[in-house]
Amino acid sequence: MTSLRTRSRARGETEIHMKVLHPVRRNKAKERNGDSSRGLLLRLELPSDPSLLCAVRGAVERLTESFGFSEPECRAVTRAVDEALTNIIRHAYKGRPDRPIEMSFRSVHRQSDHTPSEGLEILLCDRGPSIERAQLCMRELEEVRPGGLGLHFIQQSMDIVEYKRANGTNRLRLVKYVRAPKQE
Amino acid sequence: MQISSRQLDKTTIFDVSGDIDLANSPAVRKALLKEVRDNRTPRVVMNLSKVRYIDSSGVASLVEGLKASRDVGSRFILFGLSTSAREVLQLSRLLKIFEVYDNEEQALAG
Repeated sequence: MTSLRTRSRARGETEIHMKVLHPVRRNKAKERNGDSSRGLLLRLELPSDPSLLCAVRGAVERLTESFGFSEPECRAVTRAVDEALTNIIRHAYKGRPDRPIEMSFRSVHRQSDHTPSEGLEILLCDRGPSIERAQLCMRELEEVRPGGLGLHFIQQSMDIVEYKRANGTNRLRLVKYVRAPKQE
Repeated sequence: MQISSRQLDKTTIFDVSGDIDLANSPAVRKALLKEVRDNRTPRVVMNLSKVRYIDSSGVASLVEGLKASRDVGSRFILFGLSTSAREVLQLSRLLKIFEVYDNEEQALAG
């Protein structure tokens, strides 16, 4: 586990706990832990502090680059993760900067049209109140007004966007496949 | 993120550098609305050439600046959009709503 210290202007130092798995260690961890660590590339634990968004974007940019995504795809995944975190901070935690957020990044595979494709799965977990279905509806873009764009950016950027409430935790699952068509 | 302003005749140019995200978009919004609503500057120009990333809250701040400028009859102009900034405005179908130029010279001549 690596701790990345980052300076928050308003609140002094804040820590992001980051676990990056080297490919060899990843395989050993997979053997040790079975399914629970399958394909795990990175784990992040951070407080809901907006000043940390920049550090997370940096980590996601590097990860997506090394994963083999094109430049536009790297920007899309980074934007989706950033907007998902922004939604957690603003809506689940109502702007409180000290609530826990956990993120895991995994490599996943699928078989489509007899062609295997690799994807990046991102799971974001928060302990805020359950999200109402209505809150997950996107607004019409024809309307020129501030706000309501974050979910639209996430949907546009990712192939799969799934929300689930389990054990008092909101779980947002995002998947982006390398050069794959959008989910129906 | 840093934001500073310059005055050129009846124009205020905001020079912004860094990322505009949830942590600092309120500062952008505050500066823009003060200039448009309180100072009633006829032309407000945003220099985004040193902005690498804008999130939805940053886009919302720009939309507020645009709407406020329309309310008071002033012009609100953007220039120097990065690929990422241009993408988010395209995704939100706002690129055609804003007056956008490549550089400062074009923005001031427009």
